[in-house]
Parts: sequence; structure tokens; C-alpha cells
Amino acid sequence: MSAPLLLKGGRLVDPSQGMDAVGDLLLVDGKVSAVGGTIAGPEGARTIDCAGLVVAPGMIDVHVHLREPGREDVETVASGAHAAAAGGFSAVCAMPNTKPVTDNQATVGFVKRQGEAAGFARVYPYGAISVGQQGEMLAEFGEMVGAGAVAVSDDGKPVENSHLMRTALEYAQTFGIPVVEHCEVMALAHGGSMHEGLISAKLGLKGIPGEAEEIDVIRCILLAKLTGGHIHLCHLSTKGSVDLVRWGKDQGVNVTAEVCSHHISLTEAAVEGYNTNAKMNPPLRTPQDVAALQQGLKDGTIDLLVTDHAPHHYDEKEREFADAPNGIVGLETALGVNVTWLLEPGILTLGQLVDRMACRPAKVFHLPGGTLAKGSIADVTVFDATREWTVDPARFKSKGRNTPYGGRTLKGRAIRTIVGGRIVHELDG
Amino acid sequence: MTMLGKDLLGLAGLSREQITGILDVAEPLKEISERTIKKVPTLRGMTVVNLFFEPSTRTRISFEFAEKRMSADTVNVATAVSSVSKGETLVDTARNLEAMRIDMVVVRHPGSGAARFLAERIESNVINAGDGTCEHPTQGLLDLLTLRDKLGSLEGRRICIVGDVLHSRVARSNIWGLQAMGAEVAVCGPRSLLPGAIREMGVQVFDRIEAAIDWAEALNVLRLQLERMEFGYIPSLREYNRVFGVTRARLERAPRDLLILHPGPMNRGVEIDSDVADGPHSVILQQVTNGVAVRMAVLYLLAGNKASLAEVAKTGGAT
Amino acid sequence: MSQTPTVVLNARAVARTISRMADEIIELNDGTDHLILVGIQRRGVQIADRLAEVIREREQVDVPRGALDITLYRDDLQTVGPRPVVGKTHLPGALEGKIVVIVDDVLYTGRTIRAALDELADFGRPARIMLAVLIDRGGRELPIHADVVGKKLEVAKGGRVDVLVPALDQRDEVVLLDPPGGGSA
Repeated sequence: MSAPLLLKGGRLVDPSQGMDAVGDLLLVDGKVSAVGGTIAGPEGARTIDCAGLVVAPGMIDVHVHLREPGREDVETVASGAHAAAAGGFSAVCAMPNTKPVTDNQATVGFVKRQGEAAGFARVYPYGAISVGQQGEMLAEFGEMVGAGAVAVSDDGKPVENSHLMRTALEYAQTFGIPVVEHCEVMALAHGGSMHEGLISAKLGLKGIPGEAEEIDVIRCILLAKLTGGHIHLCHLSTKGSVDLVRWGKDQGVNVTAEVCSHHISLTEAAVEGYNTNAKMNPPLRTPQDVAALQQGLKDGTIDLLVTDHAPHHYDEKEREFADAPNGIVGLETALGVNVTWLLEPGILTLGQLVDRMACRPAKVFHLPGGTLAKGSIADVTVFDATREWTVDPARFKSKGRNTPYGGRTLKGRAIRTIVGGRIVHELDG
Repeated sequence: MTMLGKDLLGLAGLSREQITGILDVAEPLKEISERTIKKVPTLRGMTVVNLFFEPSTRTRISFEFAEKRMSADTVNVATAVSSVSKGETLVDTARNLEAMRIDMVVVRHPGSGAARFLAERIESNVINAGDGTCEHPTQGLLDLLTLRDKLGSLEGRRICIVGDVLHSRVARSNIWGLQAMGAEVAVCGPRSLLPGAIREMGVQVFDRIEAAIDWAEALNVLRLQLERMEFGYIPSLREYNRVFGVTRARLERAPRDLLILHPGPMNRGVEIDSDVADGPHSVILQQVTNGVAVRMAVLYLLAGNKASLAEVAKTGGAT
Repeated sequence: MSQTPTVVLNARAVARTISRMADEIIELNDGTDHLILVGIQRRGVQIADRLAEVIREREQVDVPRGALDITLYRDDLQTVGPRPVVGKTHLPGALEGKIVVIVDDVLYTGRTIRAALDELADFGRPARIMLAVLIDRGGRELPIHADVVGKKLEVAKGGRVDVLVPALDQRDEVVLLDPPGGGSA
């Protein structure tokens, strides 16, 4: 066990216990030992001055792609977990669209062990909903949960077969895990590479209408209503989706939803010039959509923020737009982007930001952490909400460099990431 | 006229002065093709690569004539691309070409933005000979030249583009070019083959071909890609001809004689009837003739423009 | 620091000079048989037109005229880059057996005439090609000389001779501009 850590004089922000006050935090034996007020450190404790910094429950990103097994040239569980730690995340949930697909207990166990061996952020594996993500047969949820899976998803593509989705929502209730849907009607989105609108018409790129997402959103909400299962909707990108989730929640449906940092900060205009680092699925949308997503986060319709961290090899993005792969890396920019676009303009309070990045993810995915309550695991993010820095992709811990924020100045940066009482990232250290 | 930059990637962003400048240079170049010795020494010693990732006979031959009449050395590279290997092929081909010290690349590619992609990565001048559904600027220019030959100034003239605008780079280059020249632009076709944002592009929409013919002074009839039917955009070619075909009967009811343009190759009996294509108001062959002159003009006006101007070109589609 | 142009030929002097050039052209060719006047775009074309007028008065003959635009035959594309304006080239029929008089306003380095000779060769093989210029300002860079010269001027390098014609310049005179800071000719 590492030495006790005493974080002195930081601004303790923990919405899980309604806390926002300057005070100390003591971590002993991987647990929160004391929180708030002035705490005297025990013998041998390392004291860290946190004056002027925010001390929050460790941030959790429930939507990342770590590419292992299969594309270790692009990212590994270790490099991804390292990037997560560097971005202030104490835990991530790794999507199962690996090669082979993480659709069985062996692969789930492998990903979990790779995460433990790396020793950076905690890595919680997802299992696939269907065998091989083929959308035909249910994968073995029970075995995968036994091996460490915390949720199931066929992310990368939707579960098009509504019967299969219904069954998944029913079956998952045995294990108390959310069914996580990538919302897309493939036949409508087919061949599209950006938001459908004036810019796509001008650029001659096939567009993806917002309805391609929204139709699947309402289908999943209705199936969750039918089954009583917990549906969690991935990376929502449109105003219509926010409205539909709001309706679902009003109806008492067990629906939760997430939004990516890029969807609350960038619009379709970023694609102009055929910038493949602005290509992702779902695509960047209109300013009206961005405003609705921000509002959805504020009023709680959207539960939480994610990155959809999706590393690609540089030459995979170095091609004509329509043929370039979807996705961007996000672990190391998310906090800065969220502070810059949500906290700075006053859309979210600091407490709300911590809630959407730490508390809600833990709650929705039934993960440990997300709180600094005495006795909880000692996962902590220490960040500077006022620090300005310029994004330099060459310095990323991730193997991926594909970011639309390269060269941009962001406000807000993780200073220390602590996992189980152990410092796994130290910016100025 | 404001000079062009390193590349010609599209007509979007070109000013009326720039377009007029190209057409004014093309005008006297028409005469060269009428000479016994159809050749001027202008581009002697320059190497032009016609890099075609998509089958094209007309455009490639037109460029090749233009290059040869300007005395450039021409190399044709025709590469079929599978959808998987497109990207690597384009980057790698670009690097290989640069290593062979060429001066200009004429590129045709199925991916929108491919010409710009290439232009941003090589020093040579790049001429877009059609990229995906984005632009086909030299086709747009030859259409403008043909219309100008017949109508004089394009200011306030009413031009309707008929057919599959959604998948047409010719339509987009025409829209930007015609708008820059002050013309009124409309489109006519089934809504399933028009971009949803078409009106935001400053374009009027006609649902019925009869109304379009009633309004327009010229029709630019697009080729209907036969595979559109397979993907369910229209039910059948027969019905397309019935509803949207440019037929003599329809033109005879027009309040005025309409110029008929078509970028070719034509599907006779589908989007255009033979007696219209071969009729007195068809300028389809003049388009072909003008195509060579326009391409000679573009080759000439880009020759020697260095990469230092490429930055400007990036910001404006082409400058 | 603006230069004052010196008028070298006024309108009357230009008219007299062109008359004399026309006479010389008729004399040198013993009449107007097989004669074609080809002006170089743009001011050479204007002068060729005026020469043709004089010849019509003298001989009651309409000499066929043509125009050459030598832009595409220049040798400075790689160094100077493309010119944004290209003029029309047209010739009155076949050149075989004809006497072609190339007409230009100013003869200087000789490069324009070199280009014109190349261009003419692409149209056919005349019996003879002659050169008539309104002003010969010296400074040749190629072995080219004019057969008919309106006026010889010694112009320092960097100096400029402008032939102004009514159709393009609304003036009818020849002016000399000294090189900046330089002496007079």
C-alpha cells in the first residue's frame, strides 16, 4: 500500500454529498479516510498543497475505444488508460468493438487484466450485446458480467433488430447492467459522412440527417418502456434526441443518456475544408443542436459527458473525407473542452460539471467512486479550472493524434489523477 | 482580373472577375483548334499528369487535347480504385508523382474533396477534373462559355439545371459559376434527387419540368446515372422520362426557344430525347468544342503559379 | 517624382510617318501583289489598319490584314508567369506565296518578333516575311532588324516608349518616359 495522501486546502467539490468548500482530504489504504475541514495528516502521510485547485471525485468516462485486442498499433489498454489518467479520468469503460469483438468472458477478462496491469485509470470492460456484434444472437451477458463487464453495447453500430433489443433489455435486468445503444438507423445514414444540410450539400458529401439518430432513440425508449429495462443512449447529437429523452424520462422510462465533449463544442462548420479530424459518427451538427445538448446537460435530461475516445492511426485519417474513419481522441482534451464550453459560459456550475463527469457516470453504470464520501474508494481528480493550455497532439499519452482541437487554447486542466489512493498522473510533478 | 492561385479546385469562391478572366482567355484560344497546325508552344517542357481514379472518356480526352495543343508533355494514369484502398492510393500516388518532378496534375476522383486533398499535399498545380459529387469546375466553365457565346452577358439570365442534382458535381459547379456571373439559377428534378438544402444554395426549385421550361432561357440537362434506380431514388427510367424528360413536345409549348446543354454522355430517351439533343437549339457539340478551349485557358493561367499561393487557394475553394 | 513624358511624335507627325512607311512598303514590294499586313496585338493591329488606309488611298487596293497575338509564344512563361489577357489571332487565308509584313508599334529586344515569326510558321510558309515598326528604340537581344522603320530613337535601358493610338488610348502620339532618375536620350 502506498503512503497516505493528504490533499491540503483544495476546493472540495462533491455533489454526491452536496459539498463545495475549501478543505482537506485524507486518503488512506485506498479509501477516503476523512473529508472536509482541516485534517492533520497521520505519520508518514504525503501532503500535497491543493490551494486554488478543485478536488473532485475521480472523473469517469463511460465511452472509450481502447482498440485492444486487435489494433494495438492504434491504442492499447495501457496507452488508453495512461491517456485517461493524463486527462483526469480515474476510470474508463472500454467499448467492445475490438478485433475479435469483446463478446465473451475470456476477452472481457483479458481487457480487465490489461487495465489492472497498466496501473493507470481503472478500465471497466463492456461486453457486446450480440455475438460478434452481428445483431443476431445475444452474447453471454452473465459470463461477461462475471468476468468484469459493467454494461453491454454493440457500439459502432446499432442493434437494428428490435426483437433482439427487446430481449437484451429484458435479459440484462437479471444482472442489473445497462444496455447501451449507438442510436442510428443504418438505412437512413448509409454512406453519409457528415450532418445533412447546406454544408454537406456544398461539399458534395452525403449527409446523415438527425432523424437517423432520433428514430432509434424513440425506438429504444419505447422498448425500455415496454420491458422496464435500463437503456443508456450513446453520444446523442441532436435537439430532437434531447426532446425525446426528456419525454421518456417524463414517462418514467428507465432511460439515461450521454453526450460527447465534441458535440457540445463544435458544429458541422468544422468539417469545411474536408477536415477528417472533424469526422465522427454521429456527426457534428448545427448550432441549434449544440445549444439543445448543452441545455439538456444543464437540466439533467442528458445524464453525463463522455469522450467517445476513438484513436486512429495518422494515415487512416490522411485520406479523402468520405473514406476516412469516424472518430477522434478525447481523453486528454475533454476536461479542457468541457470547462471552456460549459463552465466558462456559465451553462454548468462547477458542481454540475463534476456531477456530469464523475458522479452521474458512477451512478448510471453502478461503478464504485463518483463520491468523496468517507469510506469510498480513493479515486480523485485534482484540476485547475482556470489554467489555460494549448493542445499539442504530439504530447498526448494516447497513441492517437486525431483531434480537432490541436493548436487550440483550452481552459481547465487535470493536475493530478489519483486511483485507489495512488497518484497515476501528476502534471507539474 | 485577379489571378488564379496554384490550383483550380472549384468554382465556389471564384469571383465574377476571375471567371470572366478565364472565359476571356478561352475565347481567343478557340481559334487554335481551327488551325492546320493545332498547336502553340506555350507549355513546352511542362509535364502534365492526367490522374484518373474514375473512368472518364470525354473529360480525359478533352484535357489531353488541351494539353497537347499547348505543347505540354502528357502522361495518363488511369487507376481503378476499390473503396477500401482509395485513400492510400491517393496519398501514395501524390507522393510518387511529386518524386518524378511533374508540373501539373489533372485529377478525377470519386471522393468529394479529393482534388483539394491532393492540392494541399503537392507543389504541382492541381486542376480538379471532377471530385465525387463536389465540383467539376472546367465543365462549369465550358457551360458558362457556351451560354455566354449564345446569350451574351449572363446577368439576370434564367438557367435551369434538370435532373440528378443531388449526385452531380456538374450541377454544383454550374450553380456557383452561374451565380457568380449574376444569372438566376433554378433546378428541376424529383425531390429524391435534389439536396434538401437546395434552396439555401440560392436556387429556385421546379417540381415540374413544364414549369421549368416555361421559366428558363436555357436548360442544362444532367445525365441520369442509371444506378440511381437500383438505389431506389426513382422507380424507373421509363417514368423518369415521362415526368422529367426533356422532349420536343414539351419544348414546343415553351414561350421562347430554349438553349439545351448536356454535359454528356447522354442517355437518349431517358433525360433527353434524341430530337432535342440533335435539334436546332442544342449546343451540346459547342460545349465539347468549348471544353478544349476552356481547359487550355486554365492550363495556361495556372502554369507557373507556385505553391506559395496555395494558402490563398485553400481558403476559397480556388483563387 | 512623377516623370513628364516627352512627346516624340505628335498626331500630325504620326500621320506623316505612317504615310512614309506605307510608301516604303509599296516601293520595297513593287506594288501590293501578294501583300498581307499582320499587326501584332494590340497596337500593331492599329498601326497596320492605318498603313492599309494609306495604301488604299495610294493604290486603290485593299490589302488583306491579319492580327497576331503572341502571348502563347512568349519565352517568359516560366519566369514571368501567365498574362491574364490573351488577344485574338486571325489571318486572312493561307500564307503560301504571300509577302507578310509584320507590323508592330515598338521594336525593342526583338523577342516579340521572334515569337511572331514562330507563330506565323505554324500557319504556313510565306514567300517572304518583312517587319515594319513605327518606332525602333534599339536594345536588341536577338538578331532581328526591321525592314521599314518610322522613327529611330535611342532610349536608355529602363526608359519607355509608348505609342498611343486613338482607338485604345484616346490620343494619337508617341511619348518617351525617361528611366527613373536617369538622363534623357
